[in-house]
This record gives sequence, C-alpha cells and structure tokens, in this order.
Amino acid sequence: MPLGTYLPYLLIMAAVTYLVRALPYVLMKKKIENRFVKSFMAYLPYAVLAAMTFPAILYATSFLWSALAGLAAAVIAAYFERGLFTVALSACFAALLAEVLIRYIIT
Amino acid sequence: MNTGISEWKRGLVSGIPIALGYFAVSFTFGIVAVSSGLNWQEAVLISALNLTSAGQFAGLNIMIAAGTYFEMALSQLVINLRYALMSVALSQKADESIHGIYRWLFAFFHTDEIFAVAAGEERLTRRFFFGLMVLPFFGWTLGTLAGALGGSILPDMICDALGLALYGMFIAIFIPAAKGSRKVMAVVALAICFNCCFYYIPGLNRISSGFAIIISAVAAAALAAAVLPEEEG
Repeated sequence: MPLGTYLPYLLIMAAVTYLVRALPYVLMKKKIENRFVKSFMAYLPYAVLAAMTFPAILYATSFLWSALAGLAAAVIAAYFERGLFTVALSACFAALLAEVLIRYIIT
Repeated sequence: MNTGISEWKRGLVSGIPIALGYFAVSFTFGIVAVSSGLNWQEAVLISALNLTSAGQFAGLNIMIAAGTYFEMALSQLVINLRYALMSVALSQKADESIHGIYRWLFAFFHTDEIFAVAAGEERLTRRFFFGLMVLPFFGWTLGTLAGALGGSILPDMICDALGLALYGMFIAIFIPAAKGSRKVMAVVALAICFNCCFYYIPGLNRISSGFAIIISAVAAAALAAAVLPEEEG
C-alpha cells in the first residue's frame, strides 16, 4: 500500500485508540465518593469481562465441544481459585485435548 | 510489603498467558493483513501502535476499502470505547506511584486482558504494571510479525487452544469474585444475559459486538449499583 495512503489511516487509528485509553486515565485524579458511582465502578470490570466471555467463548474454536471443554476446565479451575496462569492453561489444554479427540479419535 | 523486583516479576509472570494468547490472535491478524495487500512492516506497525484486536481488524478493512478518515476515526472510537471505561476503573485502582508521565505511558497498554489482571489487584503499583505490560506487547507485535511472514503454518488446533487463553483469563477474574460476593454474581449473570440477548435475538444482533458489550456491561453494573450498592465503609 502506498505510504501516502497508509500513513494517515495508521495515524488516525493509533491516535483515536490511544486517546480513548489515555484521557480518562490522566484526567481522573480524584477518588470517587458517591456510593452509586463507586459501586458502579467496582462492578463494571466484572460486567465487562463476563459480557466479553459469553457467548463469544462458545465460538472461539473450530468446534463447539472443544470450546465447552475449555470453558468447563476454566470455570472449575477458577472456582477453586487457581491463579490466572493455571486457569488459562487449563482452558487451553482441555480444548486441545477435546480437539484431538474430535479430529483423530471419534471421527 | 513486596520488594520492587518481586512486584515487577509478579507482573511479568501474570503477563505470560496474555502474551501467549496475543501471539495466537495477532498471528491471525498478520496473515489477514498481508493477504489484504499490506507488507509485513505495515502489519507490524499497526499492531505496535494500536495494541488492540477488534479495532485493528476493523481498521484494516477500512484501509483496504479506502474508507473515509471520518469512518476510520468513528469506528475506532466506538469499538475501543470500552477502554475508556477500563481506564476510569483503573484510575481508581492506581496508587500514587502511578502519576504524571506514567499515566500517559501506561494508558497505551490498557487492553482487555491487561485490564483484567490489573483490575484483580487490590492496589495497582507502578512496578507491577511495568512487569505486566512488557510481554503482552511483544507477544502481540511478534505474533503479527510471525503471521505476516510465516503465513498459515500453525495448525488450527494450536490456534484454537491458544485463543481460549484469553477467555480463561477473564474467567479467572470474575468467577472467584462472583463466588465471594452475591452482588458480583448478580452483576455477572445480568451482563451475560444482556449480552446473550444482543447475540441471539434477531434485530438486536445487528448491533456490533463491541457496542453490545458496552451496553450490556454498563446496564448490568448500573442496575446492580442502583439496586444492590456496595456496603459503605
């Protein structure tokens, strides 16, 4: 792609993405006191993460069953409060195992 | 009290699964970018300067289609608006060691997954964040490089498995929190219900997934904050 075409797009993309991240972080300096706002901020991360996980996780792999295997492994590991790394790896290994089964053994 | 080095190391280790997941996702981005007509330098530069998945894929499409600059700006704003929410949340977690220039620097690294880990901290310190941000950045840019240069070498099975690492990380944050608090459990359940509505109900499913996530999360958190606010104290 010609540099004259590529560069403006790249700069706009990067600038908007960066400012969306940076402005709220730099401008919010005070501690929030309002009870509703405090609760909202405390709840929001979990709400964002949950919404990002479901239902997207079900379609993240080539087979529904491998996604379900990964999901189940992650939920179990997380329920028993394993670390982030363990939970993520459990999901990966369970999904991999399920795919090996589906691709090479069951069919 | 943790020493500086161990805080930094703890951050670094927390970044490992993120970096692995990013490698797989950005590998795909590299393949798509090159097959759309970009060279590998252009693909890698996009990843290095944006560090975001959905936004980059959308931006790439607009570049290829020779869309307007306004369309580019608006798409990035809408798709990445969730980062503004995350930055506000992290501004409440960041301790006094993250001030001035560090805020401008660190904000660049506010991705979904880095946020997921940082939000799980009781108190976010500069050293921890320094450790946390390093490997995901390299995972993302090197993954793009590998995908752009190497094409489709990595088998689907490995891509699939690595792709789940991202969701595994989310689950590792919100499941223990929901287990510990009925209110958080309600928040999580509401957010999932709302987002599934956007996904499965005809008509509603025309809304982009980025928007759907913002609306679902804000609605769930606001509803819970109004009806079930946290205890004062």
